[in-house]
Amino acid sequence: MSSTATKDHAELAAIFNRDEPRVDWHDETLWWVRAKRDIAAHKLPEWELLRETASQIKNNVLSNLSTYLEQFEANAIKNGVTVHWAADAEEHNQIVHKLLSERGINRMVKSKSMLTEECHLNEFLAQRGFDVIDSDLGERIVQLAGEPPSHIVLPCIHKKKEEIGDIFHEHLGSAKGESDPKILTETARQHLREVFLTRRAALTGVNFAIAETGEFVICTNEGNADMGAHLAEIHIASMGMEKIIPERKHLGVFLRLLTRSATGQPITTYSSHFAKPQDGKEIHIVIVDNGRSIQLGREDFRNSLKCIRCGACMNTCPVYRKSGGHSYHTAVAGPIGSILAPNLDMKKYADLPFASTLCGSCSNVCPVKIDIHDQLYKWRQVIVKAGYTPTAKTIAMKGMAFTLASPTLYRAAGKMGRLTFKYAPFAVNNGANPWYKHREMPKAPEQSFGEWYAKRKEQKK
Amino acid sequence: MSSRDKILAAVKANQISHAELPDLEVLNTLTATSENLVERYKTIGSAGGSFVYEVADYDAIKSILQKEFIPGVKIICGVPQLHEYTNVDDVKHELSHSFADVELCILASNLGVAENGALWLTEEQMTVRVLPFIAQHLAIVISQKNLVPTMAQAYQTIGDARYGYGAFISGPSKTADIEQSLVIGAHGPRSLSVFILP
Repeated sequence: MSSTATKDHAELAAIFNRDEPRVDWHDETLWWVRAKRDIAAHKLPEWELLRETASQIKNNVLSNLSTYLEQFEANAIKNGVTVHWAADAEEHNQIVHKLLSERGINRMVKSKSMLTEECHLNEFLAQRGFDVIDSDLGERIVQLAGEPPSHIVLPCIHKKKEEIGDIFHEHLGSAKGESDPKILTETARQHLREVFLTRRAALTGVNFAIAETGEFVICTNEGNADMGAHLAEIHIASMGMEKIIPERKHLGVFLRLLTRSATGQPITTYSSHFAKPQDGKEIHIVIVDNGRSIQLGREDFRNSLKCIRCGACMNTCPVYRKSGGHSYHTAVAGPIGSILAPNLDMKKYADLPFASTLCGSCSNVCPVKIDIHDQLYKWRQVIVKAGYTPTAKTIAMKGMAFTLASPTLYRAAGKMGRLTFKYAPFAVNNGANPWYKHREMPKAPEQSFGEWYAKRKEQKK
Repeated sequence: MSSRDKILAAVKANQISHAELPDLEVLNTLTATSENLVERYKTIGSAGGSFVYEVADYDAIKSILQKEFIPGVKIICGVPQLHEYTNVDDVKHELSHSFADVELCILASNLGVAENGALWLTEEQMTVRVLPFIAQHLAIVISQKNLVPTMAQAYQTIGDARYGYGAFISGPSKTADIEQSLVIGAHGPRSLSVFILP
């Protein structure tokens, strides 16, 4: 990482941490969402059984994914839906581009899809002269700000209402200094209604795709996916291939878990089931691999594909809450993003599995019981073995191994350390010491255990 | 080899273990109590921002709607018993975009869920898919006989029904994207009124 031009998690977190009151506010807001999740979960006596059941359904999906994918495809085609397959992000973007170009469409409305963030679809289309407007309020805000979402469920959780007011004043003509969420939301409603009514193409994500019926489900609170999809001539639904669930009745498990885990609501306002296109209109589904089949083969990490994208692991994560979503420099931030991203590019995302205290809170709240913190720990080992750790860390670790291997060296180093702490603490308690940056240095003891033991033996004689 | 075949082959090669599907029986029955479904629905529905009315008959619905909506506004109705409003069947041939000025849309649901306030509507009840989203306000009529405790029973009721499109709607359109402040009326209806008939 030190060799790459991009900043790593610690450097990006340091930038976020410059504004301490904002960090506290970010931390408290997300903890409040986490607390709402707890209240919702505790209301259901069967909560743990629901989690276990969801986890088992997803295990079954991962063991039979190829069969379910083929079944889903066959049923979707029977429903009059066109199914496309994309091996990677580039192919996904090409498919969408072709569908639009063939119909002479150059403007599209999009509802929330983290997959299109992962594929960088907006940039791909913009470079080719296509106009894409995100319709989820939070996503529209970050789009106007020229930023990626910082959270998969709450895309602009890092922004203050005054900043959003400034963005809306500049781009949507709201009054200068207006920061009332009600008025800003109304401004966005008027602006986006005009967009919905004038776009011939709509792209949405997919929350669940049902193999048994070929239908897919999209969950929103705003109704933006439906407004876009029902008014457009062509509805393109982009889905990661792990979104498959076997049967419709399994929605009765996942829809009970998803929003309670995400925001503490019992369900989203809209849970829309798309099976067939409207008369004279089209639905296209793009099934995307983009590294998922490789992840499926990594035994230690395949469980990450069970994720239903609720964001609970982010809301609870002490590192995420204090470092902000953008510090993860990947589409999906937080603990789950940190175990998904290294699969895509181990070198580029080598820092992410280290952006954790391994406290395990993420695994405890995960609605499908992914062993997130265990996987973070396992990724560290894979990354170190592959040689993707920062040079300074590698040298420090090698130096430590060398010292610990020799008793003489170990004793000498210990003595030197204690003397330094005692007589020259300024030599270590400063910014030049990378260890000190993240920690308070300890008080050094007067003597080592070895010295104390030897002295005691001497006295007893 | 096409991308489809390549992806499927890679998936097949990498899905190593075998895991059975779990039995849903316990989840289906554990909380399947039909006690106080109307009360539970009202509590949860109201908390989700809906206006929930228990009414004796269709006349009671009419008088509430007359009080809430000024005469002359565009109202589209999919409930045959409320025949003073424009019936959705008479306008279904119109372009979806022409419903942008609908003030109120009234539809019927045959399935409601007490644990989360969600009401199930299929394309059959909507007639035009965009209607319950594009209208400024939405009203849904349901009989209390059609309330079930949880989503588990809801999907048992839906079973293997065939539909082109269906949605659970649990309240007015809303967002909390700006500093987590809840705002009602994001893109869809600014209110949801639920009328529970005996």
